[in-house]
Amino acid sequence: MQPVMTEIALTVNGREARLAVDTRTSLLDLLREHLDLAGAKKGCDHGQCGSCTVLVDGRRANACLALAVAHQGAEITTVEGLAGGEELHPLQQSFVDHDAFQCGYCTPGQLCSGVAALAEARAGWPSAVTADLAADAVALDAAEIRERMSGNICRCGAYPGIVAAVAEQAAR
Amino acid sequence: MRPFAYEAAADADGAVAALARGTAAARYLGGGTNLVDLMRLGVEQPELLVDVTRLAHGAIEPLDGGGLRIGAEVRNSDCAADRAVRERFPVLAQALLAGASGQLRNLATTAGNLLQRTRCAYFQDVSKPCNKRAVGSGCPAIEGDHRNLAILGHSEACVATHPSDMAVALAALGARVVVRGPGGERTIAMPGLHRLPGDEPERDTVLEHGDLITAVEVPGLPWATRSRYRKVRDRASFAFAVVSVAAALDVDEAGGTVRDARLALGGVAHVPWRALAAEDALRGAPATRESFEAAAEAELAAAEPLRDNAFKVSLAHNLIVRTLLELAGA
Repeated sequence: MQPVMTEIALTVNGREARLAVDTRTSLLDLLREHLDLAGAKKGCDHGQCGSCTVLVDGRRANACLALAVAHQGAEITTVEGLAGGEELHPLQQSFVDHDAFQCGYCTPGQLCSGVAALAEARAGWPSAVTADLAADAVALDAAEIRERMSGNICRCGAYPGIVAAVAEQAAR
Repeated sequence: MRPFAYEAAADADGAVAALARGTAAARYLGGGTNLVDLMRLGVEQPELLVDVTRLAHGAIEPLDGGGLRIGAEVRNSDCAADRAVRERFPVLAQALLAGASGQLRNLATTAGNLLQRTRCAYFQDVSKPCNKRAVGSGCPAIEGDHRNLAILGHSEACVATHPSDMAVALAALGARVVVRGPGGERTIAMPGLHRLPGDEPERDTVLEHGDLITAVEVPGLPWATRSRYRKVRDRASFAFAVVSVAAALDVDEAGGTVRDARLALGGVAHVPWRALAAEDALRGAPATRESFEAAAEAELAAAEPLRDNAFKVSLAHNLIVRTLLELAGA
């Protein structure tokens, strides 16, 4: 079978993108190889490390397992879209303040995941360590943050800083 | 990855018709978290993907009698966060939250979760024999790495386990899977969707090619408010179950006698394992550690552990007892 090309239109960091891609193209490869947005990283390419995490319609997702062709009309936010110009996103500033990275490879995924994890908690979503499933509000203590961020691996082991950075934003 | 054609279906009938136009290698696409990975590994080589995530099966609706109808394309994260699921069936919300990661749960669908394939290392490695992937090629897991494979219901052809957490809770709750196929609509009661490997390990479920899951119906069970999912895994989060237990317990007001119980095990078999022998042993028994121990023994008497996974039998035993004790004390 010959490669199948498909027209795709979606919004990335507020800008519309329209292009033809092979149906096999992952959302991650679309961002990195076609739109020159190299923030989202290709770590494992199997959904196990989280370094490709982006926001799809405001929700975090592994871009490596998402087929671009299945995301017609989606609104994608990558790490490049978190900051407002030269102004860092508050969670980015917390990452800097708390030494939440060493090599930085997992950081774009950690940031997108963290932004979404904070939003999920604000929406009252429970986690596997939430004691009271019926509660309306969730307090993000260290155990909650670690559970909610477990889809993002950091080989440098910057977890204490990551937890502190997310906790700082959760407290605001 | 092999090239493939892609089609987004507009409704269930359109999806069934689109798949029927493809070859036997055509597949429905949900969140893709397992299928796309298997395509990248070469385990799956579809020529056509029919996207079934925009068929208007995305709602959770109440059923008469306190049940819920969960649409096939409801994302795992939305199902776990749903207020009615959390209140009526905590075991289901907990099972969903115990699976995968936050970003995977946002992609994964209800139907896709049920139909995900085993994570047996040999199944996922196309350079190795595997009866499930390549019929008749053999099962290296029986002599090889099987620490986390089956202890119940396996065969000489296959010792794989079903990886889903959600399916274990649905098996305990006796959920019904609504299926649309070329011949019309039918429902399949859990745990009957999945099948033991026998001499056809290539078949995970009783579904035929072209069948589309459109919803999962969880029947009302008032005492499921006292239910729980417990999962043991090799790390604290984001790992498949070594052994898991989904349980619901109905104890009389005096707290003395078990009126009814639901119990299912994960990580132990080719199917989410409904523990009917244990349920029988529990019904009418005093709600005590002794009864719970006896129920666990009744279920696990059938266990046939492999060389390196005998620990799962005592782990399952302890997990059953501990979970029931928690529910009895709740």
